Amino acid sequence: MRELLFGRLGWDAIPWHEPILLGTFIGVALGGVALLAVITYFKFWGALWRDWITSIDHKKIGIMYVILGLVMLLRGFSDAVMMRAQQAMSFGDSAGFLPPHHYDQVFTAHGVIMIFFVAMPLVTGLMNFVVPLQIGARDVAFPFLNNFSFWMTASGAALVMMSLFVGEFARTGWLAYPPLSGIAFSPDVGVDYYIWSLQIAGVGTLLSGINLIVTIVKMRAPGMTLMKMPVFTWTALCTNVLIVAAFPVLTAVLALLSLDRYAGTNFFTNTLGGNAMMYVNLIWIWGHPEVYILILPAFGVFSEIVATFAGKRLFGYASMVYATVVITILSYLVWLHHFFTMGSGASVNSFFGITTMIISIPTGAKIFNWLFTMYHGRIRFELPMMWTIGFICTFTIGGMTGVLLAVPPADFVLHNSLFLVAHFHNVIIGGVVFGMFAGITYWFPKAFGFRLDPFWGKCTFWLWLVGFWIAFTPLYVLGLMGVTRRLSHFDDPSLQIWFQIAAFGAALIFLGISCFIVQIIVSIRRRAQLRDVTGDPWDGRTLEWSTSSPPPAYNFAFTPIVHDNDAWTDMKNNRYARPLEGFIPIHMPKNTGAGFVIAMLCAACGFALIWHMWLPAAAAFAALLVSIIVHTFNYDRDHHVPAAEVLRIENARTLSLSGHV
Amino acid sequence: MSETRALPRYHLTTEHHPENGTLLGFWLYLMSDCLVFACLFAVYAVLGRHYAGGPTGAQLFDLPLVAVNTSLLLLSSITYGFAMLAMKGNRLRETLGWLALTGALGAGFIGLELREFTHLVADGAGPQRSAFLSSFFTLVGTHGLHVSFGIVWLVTLMLQLGRHGLTAANRRRVLCLSMFWHFLDVVWIGVFTVVYLLGVLP
Repeated sequence: MRELLFGRLGWDAIPWHEPILLGTFIGVALGGVALLAVITYFKFWGALWRDWITSIDHKKIGIMYVILGLVMLLRGFSDAVMMRAQQAMSFGDSAGFLPPHHYDQVFTAHGVIMIFFVAMPLVTGLMNFVVPLQIGARDVAFPFLNNFSFWMTASGAALVMMSLFVGEFARTGWLAYPPLSGIAFSPDVGVDYYIWSLQIAGVGTLLSGINLIVTIVKMRAPGMTLMKMPVFTWTALCTNVLIVAAFPVLTAVLALLSLDRYAGTNFFTNTLGGNAMMYVNLIWIWGHPEVYILILPAFGVFSEIVATFAGKRLFGYASMVYATVVITILSYLVWLHHFFTMGSGASVNSFFGITTMIISIPTGAKIFNWLFTMYHGRIRFELPMMWTIGFICTFTIGGMTGVLLAVPPADFVLHNSLFLVAHFHNVIIGGVVFGMFAGITYWFPKAFGFRLDPFWGKCTFWLWLVGFWIAFTPLYVLGLMGVTRRLSHFDDPSLQIWFQIAAFGAALIFLGISCFIVQIIVSIRRRAQLRDVTGDPWDGRTLEWSTSSPPPAYNFAFTPIVHDNDAWTDMKNNRYARPLEGFIPIHMPKNTGAGFVIAMLCAACGFALIWHMWLPAAAAFAALLVSIIVHTFNYDRDHHVPAAEVLRIENARTLSLSGHV
Repeated sequence: MSETRALPRYHLTTEHHPENGTLLGFWLYLMSDCLVFACLFAVYAVLGRHYAGGPTGAQLFDLPLVAVNTSLLLLSSITYGFAMLAMKGNRLRETLGWLALTGALGAGFIGLELREFTHLVADGAGPQRSAFLSSFFTLVGTHGLHVSFGIVWLVTLMLQLGRHGLTAANRRRVLCLSMFWHFLDVVWIGVFTVVYLLGVLP
């Protein structure tokens, strides 16, 4: 009975003997208690539940995604700092401060968290917030699903965080290759935490992908044909197509791995006919599109920013769209370049080497389009533009080292080396992270009604940019010298200086992240000076800048009609006057707590499965089914915002506009 | 206010009613599910002959039983079609009747499949025996799991039809379940061909 109720879970699952973990746990617990106390003291619980947790407003869900991503960035980055510190000191007789058992969990968690729970939430959050505004819609196509998707992602993140204090995380690397991740070599709960957190978050990602595709296809404002969509919306569309076409593969391959672990099947085992390389193929069929899922929206962000701050229409709009679509398709034809050393033969390797190199052509076209947009423009070096220029310089170099790795003979030498680690950080930090910082700075005033403080923003930018190069150039050098990745100890003392330089770079990035936190605090305190009353602080070009900052729940009092690519610039050029009367009731979806409840039950079920607690797992699963069925009996899902309420909100905006112009 | 000059109109003065996206969204979900099956088929294609010294498909598969099973599922697609026709004609009771028959046929299919599985396991040909059997049980079992969820959905929907009648929301739900049901039928045709028919070849 005890076995059925608690499975493998016991007091020994808590890492009492690891001072780092115990300290973190005490810190997190105290912080959590303090947060709960503050919420209770200020009686925020009601507001939190009504306005955020149950909210189906795409803007609030987008903001919650971004907050989740930033919080998880702190966790993922502390993993990074621990690795840099360990590698800088663990030479010769010194073993460093992390035992291998712990170090292996750290590098696995770092990769998993940074991709799934930092980059994905940031990208999804921006798309959620911006896309409906850019296409002139009131919300996404399936507002309830949107709320549910967010809470599934948050549940996955919660499971990963839990692995820190209850049990342990996988020690397999971020893709958990078998046979190492199989039950024979990883009998403990680490890989199970990995599997269930990704499965739960993956459902959320897939549903949000479907949601945004339908939103973009069906809900554009009248007049906005496909080739009049803003480029960010285009990249969002392509990214979500990639999500829908790639995430099922991840779901399937992780399901097979869990069958191997739970049911004793032989998909990826060494015995009884299993084939581990099939896992590697399948997971990269998801994994390569995944990197484009992350980078395409960043490309979209830069396209919006370059056009806005150069004060010009984007150069080569059509070629930008086609380049995005071509990248979308090609991203499915390159997965094998992640394991040229599998030994599939010269012809197969050359095919994948060539397709990989071909991807650099549309990407290069994009870089030139951004440069030509700036050419002859009146560039304003505001923060988002600085991130963009930092991106162009950094990403181009990362792209070129990628083409180097795409040459199969070179890859045989560089495979699994620190050169590879430097390359993908070069494109992910230089591309995705810079893109997300650019996007957050750019749309922050739209979301909150005031800009971010530029001084602390510039500190953040320069520390990140310089810190990145100091942290990762040494890894290129070390990789060329043959140092492989994921090592917790080195014997050759001549290498140590490079790791110390890299650690210094990580320290600069640490300061960069600290400056970003300071920037947010300072901006909130100076919000009166940084206030954006016009709704258009950057002289923007697309529809989101035509409404107030922050936008009303219904986004637009009247649905806009689009005549030109840069719809808002077109409206401004024609001296469009905001309507002040004749408002009509607006049809909006209703809040619901169902998504939150169902996602929490999923997390509970996942936790029970991780620990082989079969009875609680069955109970959670039954509760899950029942709550889904009960939710389908709710037919009362929308309401109307009365015209008088719209008039009141719009009048308030008129008043604040006239008071400041 | 806004039409002081002969400018293009920049906003609607009535509420914008975009087309409902549920059917497109459900299609996209089905295609993503189709990719899950595509992976399982690919895995079966790779591992389907890795017997590891254990039994082969030719030794295990009982084709007449599978033929009965297949006809149950194909018939259930036809009866669902009749339910759709009845719904078009606004005949609620008839719709419910056909849906009930569809569910019964689906349940029969699941029953026979479970029978096949228990026999295999009892004969020592369970999913742990070889990579071939792992991929067989997973592909066929995933399909069976889908049909089972389809039956749960069907029963729920019948209750909702009984309570609210053929409203627009309910018609949309019947249509979605119809796509789901036919989709599973198409997948089964693939399973029948690739797993059973090709599986008994030497």
